[in-house]
Amino acid sequence: MLSIDMAALGSQLFVGLSRSMILFIVCSGLSYVLGVLRVPNVAHGSLYMIGAFSAFSITKLVAGPAGFWLALILAPLIVAAVSFVAERALFCHLYEREHLMLLLFTFALSLILGDLVKIIWGAEYKSIMSPAAFDGSITVLGASIPKYNFFLLIVGPFVALALWLFANKTKIGKIARAAAVDREMVGAVGINVSWVFAFAFVLGCFLAGLGGALVAPTVSITLGMDHNLIIEAFLIVIIGGLGNLWGAMVGSLIFGLTQAFGVLFWPQFAIVFPYMAVVIVLLWRPKGLLKSVW
Amino acid sequence: MRKNGSNTKTILFLAALAVVLLFLPSVLTRFYTYILSLIFVTALLAMSLNMVVGHGGLFQFHHCVFYGVGAYAFALMITKAGLPMWISFIVAPFVSALTGLIIGWLCVRLTKLYFGMLQISLGSLIWAIIFRWYSLTHGDDGIHGIPMPDLIASTTSAYYFIFLFFVLCLVVMYLIFKSPFGMTLQAMRDNPDRCAAVGINVRRHQLTAIVLATFFAGIAGVLFAVLERTVFPDLLFWVLSLEVFIMCLLGGWFTFAGPAVGAAITVALRTFVGIYTEYWTLVLGVLLILLIFFLPEGVMGFIYSKMESSGQRDAAGPRGV
Repeated sequence: MLSIDMAALGSQLFVGLSRSMILFIVCSGLSYVLGVLRVPNVAHGSLYMIGAFSAFSITKLVAGPAGFWLALILAPLIVAAVSFVAERALFCHLYEREHLMLLLFTFALSLILGDLVKIIWGAEYKSIMSPAAFDGSITVLGASIPKYNFFLLIVGPFVALALWLFANKTKIGKIARAAAVDREMVGAVGINVSWVFAFAFVLGCFLAGLGGALVAPTVSITLGMDHNLIIEAFLIVIIGGLGNLWGAMVGSLIFGLTQAFGVLFWPQFAIVFPYMAVVIVLLWRPKGLLKSVW
Repeated sequence: MRKNGSNTKTILFLAALAVVLLFLPSVLTRFYTYILSLIFVTALLAMSLNMVVGHGGLFQFHHCVFYGVGAYAFALMITKAGLPMWISFIVAPFVSALTGLIIGWLCVRLTKLYFGMLQISLGSLIWAIIFRWYSLTHGDDGIHGIPMPDLIASTTSAYYFIFLFFVLCLVVMYLIFKSPFGMTLQAMRDNPDRCAAVGINVRRHQLTAIVLATFFAGIAGVLFAVLERTVFPDLLFWVLSLEVFIMCLLGGWFTFAGPAVGAAITVALRTFVGIYTEYWTLVLGVLLILLIFFLPEGVMGFIYSKMESSGQRDAAGPRGV
């Protein structure tokens, strides 16, 4: 334990940061849906998994670097389409019901989507390559960091900025925030609230798909990946403050970094460190670090 | 409250049911005796969850942790510590209750969704520890072949053992349900603010309910280990927790016996569906959607509302959770 050198620390720092960015992209979607619809979308993890599997299929169909970039655009759109169908066909009829029913519906959706993925793609492990442009690594602080990690470090803040601009500066983003606070009033001024919710839901799910497509080259794509992710994502949005975009960023950083550095100290139980961080944060601030929109 | 006449009928019905259940193993094959035992175990788990969810109005999203902790505590005390089975049997539910006390203490500071999501997280932490701690728990493989005394070694004797404890727990749970404490709990579910205003310590009552419920979940876990002689990490997985949640919904939140009915239907359905397809979760998901849309009060809630005119329901009427 004493032999931890700068290179290992630096390398884990970048591993943690790039993991945080993936987590952030997924959690920002979860957090956005939480903020507008006030429903923790249990199916978010399954949509992330569909994003990763779709990315796999697209890179199989279109070889070369073009396949990867196409997957990055198409996979989230596929996920958005799936969520749009589920929302318009079933979910939208439940908006007047108790929140628990909405939550249970998203759970049912995650069960169904999980098995559908198994039917469509099978139970084998899958993996895809990042394009040749991202091959190799850059040496920082004596540690060699894969170029793909730097790419993730650029995409994460970009998504944060885009989502913030959308929610605060565009008209539909403002309407969605208003609908979250007072649904009836927004309806009374002639806006179709149901479609506003549909848009927010699909946007959140799009981000889950984007996260899935981005994570695909760095991990093996398996059936269980939704379960692991959704628990982490729940934790992150709780410690950040429900529905708070920057809270999701702070939570993702805490989660990704504690796990990455935990690997250095106690590899077998590295997963314990982020959970400990969550417990400490919640004992200190039960409602999360930043202000919840609820 | 129902009238005395229907009360006598209920008691007669229950007595007849008990007699039938006592004689069933002599006519059923070993497989169906086993399934019936599994239904008792699952029903006990679902009813313990309903103590906090249906009666207490708490979002106990990760109840199976306490079920799994009970089962693992039981298995580890026998296989690793070499304790006699009967001592482990008594101690294991208390280990569950202690876990419930710690997690509950952290969770009752929050409400509703925050409560539920924090509980899922803390429960997943326990799952992760059991999953990774290979030297103690054998990780993914689980612990197999837990030795049992000859007295409860066969499927039929295990059935009677489980049935006995199921009935005992049911009686105790019913007494709790009808006690001043149980009534207070239900009042808190319906209006926590007013309860706090008249001087009830809401958090302490909620914590007590969680500890009680986790104790019963621990008993269910131990009974599972007695029946299967195996424990594995999936017992603590959050998907199972939500499955038990569905059982409560299927049977009816606001009734006492509802969750047992839900558990029986779910276990029977899983056994039946499992013969034809491996996609059980798909079936469960579709079932849940049908429930949400068409039967939100559950089977027993539906039966009660058909049987009795509104406002006369035994186990309190419907309301938002």
